[in-house]
Amino acid sequence: MSAVPSFTRREFLTVSLTAAGGLLATFHLPRATAAAAASFETPDGLGVFVRIDPSNRITIGAPGAEIGQGVKTSLPMLIAEELDVAWSQVDVEQLPLSLLPSDEPPGVRWRYGAQGAGGSTNIPGGWEALRPGGARVRRMFLEAASERWQVPVETLKTRDGRVLHADGRALSYGELAGAAAQRPIPDADVPLKDPADFRIIGSPQRVVDAERIVTGREPYGIDARLDGALVAVLARCPWFDGAVQRVDDSKARQVAGVRDVVTIPGPAPDGLITPNLAAGVAVLADDTWSALQGREALEIEWRKGPWAGDSTDQLRERCRAALDEPGTRARDDGNVDDALRDATRKVDATYEMPFLAHATLEPPNALVQLEKDRALVIASMQSPSGAQRMVHQLTGIPRLNIEVRLPRSGGGFGRRLENDFVAEAVLIAQAAKRPVRLVWTREDDLAHDYFRFYGLHRLTAALDDQGRVSGWHHKVAGTSRIWRSPGREEDPIWTGLVDEDGYPAGTVAHLRNEYTPVDFGLARGWWRGPVHTFVTFGIESFIDEVAHATGRDPLELRLELIGPPRELEYRGHGGPKLDTGRLANVLRVAADRIGWEKGAGAGRGLGLACHFTFGGYAAHAMEVSVSRDAGLRIHRCVCAVDVGQPVNPLGIEAQVMGGTVDGLSAALGQAITVRDGRVEQRNFDTYRMLRSKNAPDVDVVIVPSRATPAGCGEMGIPTAAPALANAIFAATGRRLRKTPLGPELG
Amino acid sequence: MTIRFSLNGQTARFEGDPQMPLLWYLRDHADLTGTKFGCGIGSCRACTVHIDGRAAPACVTPMVALQDRAVTTIEGLAGNGALHAVQRAWIEEDVVQCGYCQAGQIMAAVDLLARRPDPNDADVASLANLCRCGTYPRIRRAIRRAATLLREEAEA
Repeated sequence: MSAVPSFTRREFLTVSLTAAGGLLATFHLPRATAAAAASFETPDGLGVFVRIDPSNRITIGAPGAEIGQGVKTSLPMLIAEELDVAWSQVDVEQLPLSLLPSDEPPGVRWRYGAQGAGGSTNIPGGWEALRPGGARVRRMFLEAASERWQVPVETLKTRDGRVLHADGRALSYGELAGAAAQRPIPDADVPLKDPADFRIIGSPQRVVDAERIVTGREPYGIDARLDGALVAVLARCPWFDGAVQRVDDSKARQVAGVRDVVTIPGPAPDGLITPNLAAGVAVLADDTWSALQGREALEIEWRKGPWAGDSTDQLRERCRAALDEPGTRARDDGNVDDALRDATRKVDATYEMPFLAHATLEPPNALVQLEKDRALVIASMQSPSGAQRMVHQLTGIPRLNIEVRLPRSGGGFGRRLENDFVAEAVLIAQAAKRPVRLVWTREDDLAHDYFRFYGLHRLTAALDDQGRVSGWHHKVAGTSRIWRSPGREEDPIWTGLVDEDGYPAGTVAHLRNEYTPVDFGLARGWWRGPVHTFVTFGIESFIDEVAHATGRDPLELRLELIGPPRELEYRGHGGPKLDTGRLANVLRVAADRIGWEKGAGAGRGLGLACHFTFGGYAAHAMEVSVSRDAGLRIHRCVCAVDVGQPVNPLGIEAQVMGGTVDGLSAALGQAITVRDGRVEQRNFDTYRMLRSKNAPDVDVVIVPSRATPAGCGEMGIPTAAPALANAIFAATGRRLRKTPLGPELG
Repeated sequence: MTIRFSLNGQTARFEGDPQMPLLWYLRDHADLTGTKFGCGIGSCRACTVHIDGRAAPACVTPMVALQDRAVTTIEGLAGNGALHAVQRAWIEEDVVQCGYCQAGQIMAAVDLLARRPDPNDADVASLANLCRCGTYPRIRRAIRRAATLLREEAEA
């Protein structure tokens, strides 16, 4: 017997009795406020899945997609807090993507939300959607106990999964589950806990899957297996927009274990689905080694396409020319031209940001099984709902019949927001008429990523006779992200390349953020902390340059620019407000921790940077030295963050520490370059990542806060590179304006 | 030819392409997917296993090299249901983020601590395994903790 479902267009909630006599509650509660993240495929709210067994074991469904950012631990913590159970009672189970039929277009609705991972949205989304879910289930136990004991519900309390009577009696949720499951569902406005009473939120909790991971038992997408599925590898055209001219697969078919070879045409130029797919030839085999051997044996003549003669060196020159042309103004306050004309002094500098690859350690892969009117997809994904729509578009199979499972992902970093690898697996499965599991090699991955966009940033500051910044002009010329992006044609061309309201916007009267797109063949995508990692190196290096040019202390100049505590309008994702007080605070905390007042040790330099990323505030402070013998050494690295109310401090420290290492790794060694229309880097020998001996310890300081929490998976990256470059300048007097810094350092 | 070797303590034999890398044998034939593919050139070391007790990248180790040798994978590390001290230290230090590289990191750390039971700072930072999530600081802490746990086990 089930409770009456509470169902409105925006909310769906069922509570039922399990066969074992427990209670099962599933909700989808959309976020109360719409995300301002037009450019991200974000979860449209998240769902609650709670099962309480008669033994009082609590199972909470993880509604996000786990890519290493920790949401499989932290989202269930939000539910457990309001459910008022002990974390040690809780088991966490990953939820598959789940749809229910609907009377309204498109005929389906989410059971638990779109379940994606992007833009650090899971925690702020879950904060609003998941806690009320937990609170409503708790209320049902209170009401069931109230009925059992015949006492007013207000006289009862809960603790650790038990309802407590004022006279000392107690009933576990497990004992009450059968009765609670048959109660009417409480209204949505059940009050939430006072933060002072939090017992799980704010407590350090370890990754829930740790034991399965350290024993090798946790399956990732690449570990999915299905009887009858062949392994597929695809030889993709290395030239963008190229095609298969001719293929001779006779030798490939002779390789032991090879079962089939199929050609996959590239996308039609005006096709709406997967516009960045490469044309290619797929080899299907009994195992990966045979498939790879078969691919080696293919003889393919490629038609190279329109970009075959292009290079990143030529792109740089085109961007340099574009910097001198008027661009699209994303923000234009006051009159920058007058401010620059009237300035006592001007400072300008140009910074270069390269293409970057995501290089998730688990390469892209997908297992796809297609039947007449059913499909199964298992892959490591950040946008499972997008994958499901894509499978539907490519096959016509009704969405309710497309099962999508969400294994743990071996990293995401934005790469798995794209579903090109799922589309490829579908096309190969269709052509070969059998289930396939597609595996990408590292070489495939580095040649066919959706790369972090390339750009030149020219910054110009007007200074008045007091040395104060009176005008600011940030001009970007680069490869737009909004390019062959179906459904995003309405987005401004600068989306993702200009942080239009980012600091110092709002603090300088005359300010212009401007952008000019430059064509290039490589596909572009979101790379962890997208716009922020792209713009912050220039902005935070430049503030340092202005300070040194005018003989000011870089911390003092930064604090002067940020100004008094106030809320500035911030239209981008993470807004609607940027609190300058919180920004200044993390900067001060980081500076204090590194000992800014005291100064660097002999032969060393200190560097600072701060930034607002997706609702959170971060500042880095570093102490470095550069010597002929030891090269660059990062002696100390501090990152202070204000993420609002911390949900899982252990997870926040991990994300900020890892984000810092990721930011340093990219800043020191990484660039994707193109020559003769092809990506030059092939594997980790030429696309370099920090290893343990060069990765510093990171002293993470989490500033206490009761503000609505921000997701922290991305905020640790943007300031790492400029703080490092500023410290290198302080140590050596050399200003590095281009990443990767490693080759520049010599 | 038939290649005979030991796999996690069990006798195994292989009669396929002797040039097949151990990695693909483990993942596609032995159903041991805990050993991960990351690069295929022995650079990232996500595929680290033990061959006769020493860490080796499975992606560049051909099956033909395994004749009469003993292979241990992450699945074979914990004996009798109890976790290895390095695995315990990894959990206690909450090292894992995405976790994909961690089996290889753990196999490398076990080898390191067998050679250097009292590791210095340079030893602790010497693992060449890539971690794309940047967990290195916690990996170093976990190696130190594991060294302590192993010493305690040896004294017990």
